[in-house]
Amino acid sequence: MTSRATTFTRRVATTAAPVALVLVVLLLALNSNGYVVTIVGFAAIYGIFCTGLNFFMGYTGQASFGQNAFAALGGYGTAILTATYYWDPVAAFFVSMIFAGIVAAIIGYPTLKLRGHYLAMATFALGLITYEISIEWIDLTQGYMGYSGIPPLGVFGFELATEKQQLVALALLLLLGVWISTRLRDSRFGRALRSIAGSEPAAQALGVNVARYKLAAFVIAAMYASAAGSLFAHFVGFISPEVFGAAMVIQSFTMLFLGGIGTTWGPVIGALIVSMLPEVLRGMHLKELQDVAYCIILVSILIFAPKGIFALIGEGVAAITRRRATETAPSAAAAQAAG
Amino acid sequence: MAAETTPLLEAQDLSAFYGRVHALKPTSLTVGEGELVTVLGPNGAGKTTMLRAMTRLTPASGRIFFKGRDITALATHDRARAGIIMVQEGRGLFGQMTVHENLTLGAYTMDASETVEERIASVFTLFPRLKERYEQIASSLSGGEQQMLAIGRALMAKPKLLMLDEPSLGLAPRVASEILETLGQLNRQGLGILLVEQKAPLALRLAKRVYILSLGGIVAELPANEIKSHHDLSRYYLH
Repeated sequence: MTSRATTFTRRVATTAAPVALVLVVLLLALNSNGYVVTIVGFAAIYGIFCTGLNFFMGYTGQASFGQNAFAALGGYGTAILTATYYWDPVAAFFVSMIFAGIVAAIIGYPTLKLRGHYLAMATFALGLITYEISIEWIDLTQGYMGYSGIPPLGVFGFELATEKQQLVALALLLLLGVWISTRLRDSRFGRALRSIAGSEPAAQALGVNVARYKLAAFVIAAMYASAAGSLFAHFVGFISPEVFGAAMVIQSFTMLFLGGIGTTWGPVIGALIVSMLPEVLRGMHLKELQDVAYCIILVSILIFAPKGIFALIGEGVAAITRRRATETAPSAAAAQAAG
Repeated sequence: MAAETTPLLEAQDLSAFYGRVHALKPTSLTVGEGELVTVLGPNGAGKTTMLRAMTRLTPASGRIFFKGRDITALATHDRARAGIIMVQEGRGLFGQMTVHENLTLGAYTMDASETVEERIASVFTLFPRLKERYEQIASSLSGGEQQMLAIGRALMAKPKLLMLDEPSLGLAPRVASEILETLGQLNRQGLGILLVEQKAPLALRLAKRVYILSLGGIVAELPANEIKSHHDLSRYYLH
């Protein structure tokens, strides 16, 4: 019984509660004005981006400062295919994603031989190069002017015309993305990734092909990033190089570490907090103290929950289940003795 | 007849550098089928480098054969798949994973003929204490339990040759003795073992042969029971 209760408590805390949180935020947004819908929509897009980044940085323990490059590939790929060539958004979405995956495989193969700071610098360069290309290749990207006229999400001619309809689609795609992430994390593949994060030599010594798995994690992260870039393009209807700049990297890192790097739901929780907290503070009319309050809250969370909020929740649940187990054990023993 | 004489592992002229430092001078070594061989040597003698060279965790020149097959060109993970599993110094556990997850990952190379849970059950038979720590995070285990987990995880891969780098390091004598006795038990069941230790009278009692490593090279190879007759060696390693 104790074991079942423990499993139930864990499932509630680690799956049902985050799903419920996402649905509550979604319902609140659907009953709010357009501005709130936009903010929550951005949070969902960042949630997808960070869930992908978590594969490479969280599960596999590598550093990438260049995932914005793949978001740009997704964003521009979708924009060009749908706005210029009138492709169906779903087809453009998947083609961009596959293209980003192939580019990631080609770039990742030599780059992932680097480690630590060198890998971080190489990936950062990747982001910078993509940013420069998106500015300079005006014929393709329209440079600083940006790409407009991107249609909303839709399939086979049916468009999700309103922002609220798109938000529902974004929330569903976010849940799908996290579900895939959770399934992969707990699979043989996911365990191999986490073993690399734990110790590369130990993983190799157990038969894990470290280079191949790192590359796979990099490609998956790139495909998630591409999906996020595509969704952003459809949701806003406009993209420019600034959207996929270095600020995106910093923003996603904050979300990842705040929510809980290496955890399944941490990236989503981080994305929700970082996207919504400034708006909540703005609503409190703190005026010029708004930014200070935002920083204090972020730093406090990182001090008191260094592994992120979701990890803190996980630790809390583990402590409760341990206490329950110790409370139940003597009474169970007594009952057995009496029976 | 030929199959009987082919050693399980044969290293020929293994040599490794760390920068300009010649950490492992050309070294040759064999481990027979079902044999327990000990490598002794002081700190800095090149013991860890030798094991790492054998698994290719450290790049090395020379040739290496496993069951008569030249595996020199194989990468680390392919050597593991071939059946050479190393328990590293410091145990190399995945500290943030549970005991169960560590053990499951040990079975990474295992084919589907036997379920992972059956293998875990056999590890628990060998180390019952791990069963009590089933869902505990590996980094929260005691040193002895961590070493048991490291060995248990290696056994999950059903190795043909188990290589251990100072498994008794940092352990209480009673726990170290318990772990080495378990290794002896595994060896009696037919598992080939290459055991690296610093000063280990118990390891010598288990071993059939011993190699003495000093300053990056093998300086002696002798049957383990003959070490007592060598005054200098017995004074250094048995007292």
